[in-house]
Amino acid sequence: MENAKTNYSRRSFLKSSALVGGGLMISFSSLAKLGLDDKVSGVDLPDQWYELTGYIKITPDNLIKILNPNPEFGQNVMTSLPMIVAEELEADWKNVVVEMGPHDNVKFGPQFTGGSNSVRMYWKLLREAGSAARHMLLEAAAQTWSVPVEELTTKAGMIYHEKSGKSGTYGSFASKASTIPIPKGPKLKDVKDFKVVRSSQKNVEGLKIVSGQPLFGLDYKHEGMLIAMIHHPPAFGMKLKSFDAAQTLKMPGIIDVFSQKLYEEGFELGGFDTRTFNDLLVVVGKTTWEVINARKKLVVEWEPAGDIKETVAGRDGKREVVVPGELENTSTQLAKMKEHANKPAQQLRKDGDPETAFKNAAQIIERTYTAPFLAHNCMEPMNFFAHVTDEKALLVGPLQAPGWTKPTLSKLLKLPADKIEIQMTRMGGGFGLRAYGHYLSEAALISKKIKAPVKLVYTREDDMTYGIYRPMYTATYRAALDANKNLIAFHVKGGGIPEHPIHANRFPAGAVDNYLAEGWQIPSNITIGAFRAPRSNFNAAAEQSFLDEIAEAMGKDPIDFRLELLKRAKENPVGENNDYNADRYAGVLKLVKEKSGWNKPENKKYSRGVASYFCHNSYAAHVVDMIKRDGQPYVERVFSAIDCGIVVNPDAATNMVEGAVVDGIGNALYGGLTHKDGAAVQNNFNRYRMIRFHEAPKKIDVHFVQNDLDPTGLGEPPFPPVFGAVANALYKNTGERFYEQPYNLQLNKTSRA
Amino acid sequence: MITLNINKKNYNVDVDPETPLLWVLRDVINLVGTKYGCGVAQCGACVVHLNGEAVRSCVTKVSRAVGQKVVTIEGLSEKNDHPLQKAWIELDVPQCGYCQSGQIMSAAALLRENKNPTEKDIDAAMAGNICRCGTYLRIRKAIQLAAEMQRKGIKIP
Repeated sequence: MENAKTNYSRRSFLKSSALVGGGLMISFSSLAKLGLDDKVSGVDLPDQWYELTGYIKITPDNLIKILNPNPEFGQNVMTSLPMIVAEELEADWKNVVVEMGPHDNVKFGPQFTGGSNSVRMYWKLLREAGSAARHMLLEAAAQTWSVPVEELTTKAGMIYHEKSGKSGTYGSFASKASTIPIPKGPKLKDVKDFKVVRSSQKNVEGLKIVSGQPLFGLDYKHEGMLIAMIHHPPAFGMKLKSFDAAQTLKMPGIIDVFSQKLYEEGFELGGFDTRTFNDLLVVVGKTTWEVINARKKLVVEWEPAGDIKETVAGRDGKREVVVPGELENTSTQLAKMKEHANKPAQQLRKDGDPETAFKNAAQIIERTYTAPFLAHNCMEPMNFFAHVTDEKALLVGPLQAPGWTKPTLSKLLKLPADKIEIQMTRMGGGFGLRAYGHYLSEAALISKKIKAPVKLVYTREDDMTYGIYRPMYTATYRAALDANKNLIAFHVKGGGIPEHPIHANRFPAGAVDNYLAEGWQIPSNITIGAFRAPRSNFNAAAEQSFLDEIAEAMGKDPIDFRLELLKRAKENPVGENNDYNADRYAGVLKLVKEKSGWNKPENKKYSRGVASYFCHNSYAAHVVDMIKRDGQPYVERVFSAIDCGIVVNPDAATNMVEGAVVDGIGNALYGGLTHKDGAAVQNNFNRYRMIRFHEAPKKIDVHFVQNDLDPTGLGEPPFPPVFGAVANALYKNTGERFYEQPYNLQLNKTSRA
Repeated sequence: MITLNINKKNYNVDVDPETPLLWVLRDVINLVGTKYGCGVAQCGACVVHLNGEAVRSCVTKVSRAVGQKVVTIEGLSEKNDHPLQKAWIELDVPQCGYCQSGQIMSAAALLRENKNPTEKDIDAAMAGNICRCGTYLRIRKAIQLAAEMQRKGIKIP
């Protein structure tokens, strides 16, 4: 996910609050008068809840409810975002309850999970919300006690007036506070005074998760709800020709079978309306199993779809796209990439005179890396509930970006946006996939057609074989060394199906006098999209393996080599648009060097690989320690150093880094989706290998750089460099360099040989 | 009509006896803590106990559960206070949380048989449960903590 720039500032937060309440602070009774209570309050809220700033509700007996605005997909925002509010509110975290907020971009801002942006984009907004509410409560107390507001202090949900010895709970002033306008530009705490933020708080949904309570989209139930599945073509490049549903309709529990176009011809697709197939063959029945079974009885003829023209109005403006009709094979994909790699490509950045430098080089190192398509494999398969009538639509389920999907639904259903309600459930994983809202469109159209509430369910096979995958990538890196083994030029030419991975302004751009970055791409009908740290998840494998080889050729320690480059980038940077901070980048390398005991003799028994990377505004470095276990390389332990600014919830952040490391090892070693005649070869977990319990390291030692910078991202940044560190450790362990992912393929070849 | 004993309660359900137990639990009895992840016994999200044994409910025909005691995550403990549930919360194991009920049910079957599991015992018991978020390390620690709690009678409040 690219860093989405948000225009949602404090000003718009204040403005939106004003829009909702007329005054800037509103109680429930005033909401009821406006007819907004249902939309704002959700369910079972007693009348005595007083709402402050939209995010906070307080009862007279001092229970504080904080609404989490952003979709939860495992990054723990249900806990970390309310913590930020509670911090500035000076609430007692023990008395805080958290509830998922409704979708309302006016009131709650971007409400977008992706790009490691949740904490980053809500940081200031939520601090101000908490602080504003606190000031309103103080003002209410000052008026009640007839004392100057400056003489009041707050602590853990209480207000104190030291001179008079008076004290009172927030709850006792909540009603009065609702008559006071929201202060503009409320003063924020000094970070050194934080009590809730920066101390580990447990997942507020932990108990619900371990006791199996309904939380996820797939768990959602609705009166009269039917189940729908879409029977997709067997391969990319195919489409529905005809079908015979006679046998299916005879099966128990089956209500209807029909075909349905998703988007009409010429429908302008938004940037996140990516969908794999447009002709949907839909089976609707009473229960999931009945639909799964009945689907098998469909008699369907498919035909080649041919080239398809699409109009996409994405981030880069409106453009016409031709999706080729070829039924692709992995072998031909690889061959095509090889061929394209030798053709001229688009120049993305050039510093100095790389051509001459390479001509004059004493030594040139050239290596080519490839990586396959990856399926997201969220543990909860794609699903969404929809109930569409002529007047309105209700959609409930797991998705990352309701605000991006609603305009499409509005166009598709011909309903005004305010007649469409999207409720966000907890997601059983997302990893980028759930930013794409096509499955809401599918569910909504099915509900509209059958005039009933329905849940669209993808089986695991549907989920894996009709994905919106991480693209297939390749890159050729070249380094020029002079006679003294100095790095004088660096060249990367990257390509992919259907997009290239290159971030031209990333390290080592800025650190080498002569630098060239180029990109090329091959169109494809295989649908692709964001996958945990898009592009970076390939670059950090290839580039960081390559840097390891350069260091070796130069006879340098791989960490020292990177630090030297970073020193250069800091002191005398080449070019102007280097998008990383060399100090922070070096900081994580130094930290991981120290914490891992990089040069300590007792660690010599490990095959050690190091890698670092910058993406999504944060910095990460890992040292992977590999051993041989039962004759096979195994990552026994990992040291991680991260700089993401202030860490809101340290233990949960550590958990996320641990997870990123495990996920990275798994995808580096085993991840891969291949195609035969357009069909995904891997259709379930028996064929798509995921890292398993015993394959995870025994220990992951996570360290955060301690600084007071505003928080940046964490979900993605630790993930990419794991790939490079694994490749570099494999080299130490096996004596072979690894250029093709998943690395397990080469390991298998070696062990067979 | 089929009679099932689930979490010490009897349910009469009118389903095809071939239906996997998973879908009866989720769609008919409305116990949705047991998750669908793959449908082919590969991911472990659907693990329940059948007479104390961990089984994958996605490939267990409902007819096989007749006359047996079925326990799901919802019935693992009376007050959500099984040592594993306590340890899971204590160590803040979940990320997305979707696979965790299956993980806990696999671990519970292990601890029922083996009060003091070795690393290898845990590896073997948990190899069938996938977690894409990568919480395996914490799961391991939580199982060890729960085993210790069980052995020493320690309770986390």
